[in-house]
Amino acid sequence: MAENGTTERVVITGMGIVCPLGHDVESLWQAILTGKSGVAKTTIFDASTFPTTFDAEVKDYDFTQYTNNPNLHQHSNRGSGFVIGATAQACKQAGIDVETIEPTDGIERSRLGIYLGAGEGSVDNDVFFAAIVEAWDPDKNEMDWGKWAQVAFGRMDPMCELEQEPNMPAAHIAMLTGARGPTRSCLTACAASTQAAGEATMLIRRGDADIMIAGGAHSMIHPLGLMGFNRLTALSTRNESPQTASRPFSATRDGFVLGEGAAILILESLSSAKKRGVEILAEVIGYGSSSDAFRITDMHEEGRGAAQAMMAALTDAGISYKDIDYINTHGTSTAENDSIETKAIKAVFKEEAKNTPASSVKSMLGHLIGAAGAAELITCVLAIRDNIMPPTMNLMDPDPELDLDYVPHKPRKCQVDIAMNESFGFGGQNNVVIIKRFS
Amino acid sequence: MMNSARVVITGLGAVTPLGLTVSDTWAALCAGKCGIDKITAFDPVGFSCKLAGQVPDYKIRDYVPKTFRKAVKLMSRDIELAIIAANEALTDSGLITKGIDPENINVNPERIAINLGAGLISCDLVELAPAVAASINDGKFDIHKWGKEGLEMVTPLWLLKYLPNMLACHIGIIHDIQGPSNSITCAETSAHLAIAEAVQVISRGASDIALAGGAEAKVNPIVMIRQCLLKRATDQNNDEPASACRPFDADAKGSVFGEAAGIVILENLENAEKRSAKILAEVVGIGQSNNINPKYEHLEPDGKGIEIAIKKAMADAQIGPEDLDLVIPHGTGIPADDLAEAKAIKAALGEAATRTCVWPTKSMLSNNGAASGAVDVIAAVCAMADGKIPPAKNCDRRAGGCDLNISDKLQEKKIRYALSCSYTYGGQTAAVILKNFDSEMVD
Repeated sequence: MAENGTTERVVITGMGIVCPLGHDVESLWQAILTGKSGVAKTTIFDASTFPTTFDAEVKDYDFTQYTNNPNLHQHSNRGSGFVIGATAQACKQAGIDVETIEPTDGIERSRLGIYLGAGEGSVDNDVFFAAIVEAWDPDKNEMDWGKWAQVAFGRMDPMCELEQEPNMPAAHIAMLTGARGPTRSCLTACAASTQAAGEATMLIRRGDADIMIAGGAHSMIHPLGLMGFNRLTALSTRNESPQTASRPFSATRDGFVLGEGAAILILESLSSAKKRGVEILAEVIGYGSSSDAFRITDMHEEGRGAAQAMMAALTDAGISYKDIDYINTHGTSTAENDSIETKAIKAVFKEEAKNTPASSVKSMLGHLIGAAGAAELITCVLAIRDNIMPPTMNLMDPDPELDLDYVPHKPRKCQVDIAMNESFGFGGQNNVVIIKRFS
Repeated sequence: MMNSARVVITGLGAVTPLGLTVSDTWAALCAGKCGIDKITAFDPVGFSCKLAGQVPDYKIRDYVPKTFRKAVKLMSRDIELAIIAANEALTDSGLITKGIDPENINVNPERIAINLGAGLISCDLVELAPAVAASINDGKFDIHKWGKEGLEMVTPLWLLKYLPNMLACHIGIIHDIQGPSNSITCAETSAHLAIAEAVQVISRGASDIALAGGAEAKVNPIVMIRQCLLKRATDQNNDEPASACRPFDADAKGSVFGEAAGIVILENLENAEKRSAKILAEVVGIGQSNNINPKYEHLEPDGKGIEIAIKKAMADAQIGPEDLDLVIPHGTGIPADDLAEAKAIKAALGEAATRTCVWPTKSMLSNNGAASGAVDVIAAVCAMADGKIPPAKNCDRRAGGCDLNISDKLQEKKIRYALSCSYTYGGQTAAVILKNFDSEMVD
């Protein structure tokens, strides 16, 4: 709470991103405004025999340009590497010193916190598989753990094993920034970083921190991750045309495109931002979280949980659905999500549903899983800044059942003052954040 | 606390190496029993640490409603443990959900939240091995075969067993929990942070009730080998399991890992009073911070991040160190970390640290990762309710700098406030302060 007893307003004062459409915020935005795709053939490992042979990768990225202590971060998994760059960019914009023993930015480190929606790192694939090959006895159908342990002890690197823990990206941010405030990391699947931004907002409102470094980091582009999603038949298998594979709300959509990246927003109490005299990019006005309580494998058929999260965010913001100018959908390009999300939007937005533009940047960006929500929230801030709605690309085969205004084919110049960002996770955890032009 | 609503604990559920219920675990702790033994989940030959805290046998089907039994095959052990603890906690609180008794539901599903700490759930290598074996070419793993033949041998819903958010999702489905839901993945400090966040969810009015805590099943070859490689697991005393984990002791050589689940029912005080619920304790203080250490597999040597978290929790609770009658530290048995934590406790409590009773639990319960903070909170609630602090085990000869007030005797004591704290590799720290609700009545 603010000193006068009222709840703190929370604003965004910095952003950073490392994603398949670029290694900084403006590159991402330029790519989106020109309808570029970040999707291509998988290069991180040889996926040529998998049902899906393409993804959305971060390419030619080197985190060491963002740090004077590359050795400190040398064991980083892909997600941690991305988050170092995204954090450094966001802190620069918000005037937060990084890698400084005695910061001169006037920010008390115990009032600077971290909240990430971050994923686990990949296993060390070569050793992981080699140890099983060595130890498995196919005749007895059992593992010789002595042999397994021998390979593991001989070849696994302790720090690379540690770096697989999902709290590691937050650890790298702490080392980079010296943050000593409240620090949490959550992993609610595809909704994680929207949840992180929402809960970070709540920590500032309560007065537990002045500034939160919030966002997400994740890469599941590895042989076990791709296998897992392929087995779930969640991924597009349009191998002949990767760049048009992510086609949210299209009748011919056949799954999402696996992506990776990190996105960071600096959330700050209005009083702190004013005191520091930093530029305010937007205000976070609402957050809602819910659970489907339906099925592990499917979303609630009517989108009950998704609608509840939207309603909770609207109530928290103290506004009506009529006030929302733009919805950044979860829009994954799976048959189920796009259809149910459309139902949920209709349930909440009623007569305004068809008049409220709702697009999916996943059509270009792919699905960044844990990092998706924060990356998409950044595009909401940019939509408000420039009064441009990002398009849904690849919507060449409209689905007659899905009849909202998905902003097809090209960006739309249009007044955007309030934007809603939606994220829904596997298993039924739903999170929605609403942001507003600051005034 | 800067809350609009006060938050109390109205139910407890725990599955630990010392029992499948809170009462079994608490009785064993009071009797000074140790839940650590030789690993039986797999053959630990070749592992430097062959010990673990394993929970007693159970049948998960006994804990899952008939209508949900098909989902049992989607459950990793972490999920199973959480489900058992959730059942006990809800039953203990008197709340009747769809999963407890669908005919007599006495809660509004939209007003219940869930927030569970979860670990990095490692896959079952034996389950995966046939697919890997089918992907061998010329004696080596072949990614081409894996993408085709291997992949097709893996059960279609394989991934869903290992997503850390599935603990909260399965429990949410069984008990029809439709409110805010989160899964905190901050390793050994996850459960404390989940409880902290759930308290805040209730205090801001987003729910009336929350299931909060954590679960993790660490007795898995990959998890164990990581702790061995990092030299966090002890490589001594493999033949004397009961004395292997020695928090703050001069002979400590490392931690022993295990499995557990701990879930508490948190409730808006007004809501609890309205339904005349049994109130076990009030959560009055939360503190969170970070350790920052270039060697981030360990605590920073002065434990600064824990000191900050404890101080913040005391400020939040508006109490001083002299008000704390019990401190349950993280106390892993890893010498460098125990020393740093002891320094932090002494720095935060000041002169009162010489008197405040410190009771480390991991020598008996083992280090249960994402569950450990919740199990410690539950132990603190039990200590308050019974007015006694169980004996500390294996802290016979204090390590240098670890001169905390630890007793190997069972102590009768009225506990006004209790503090439970934790930290993890990677830095996150948390402290939670509970207030005895009885003393509240006396006040």
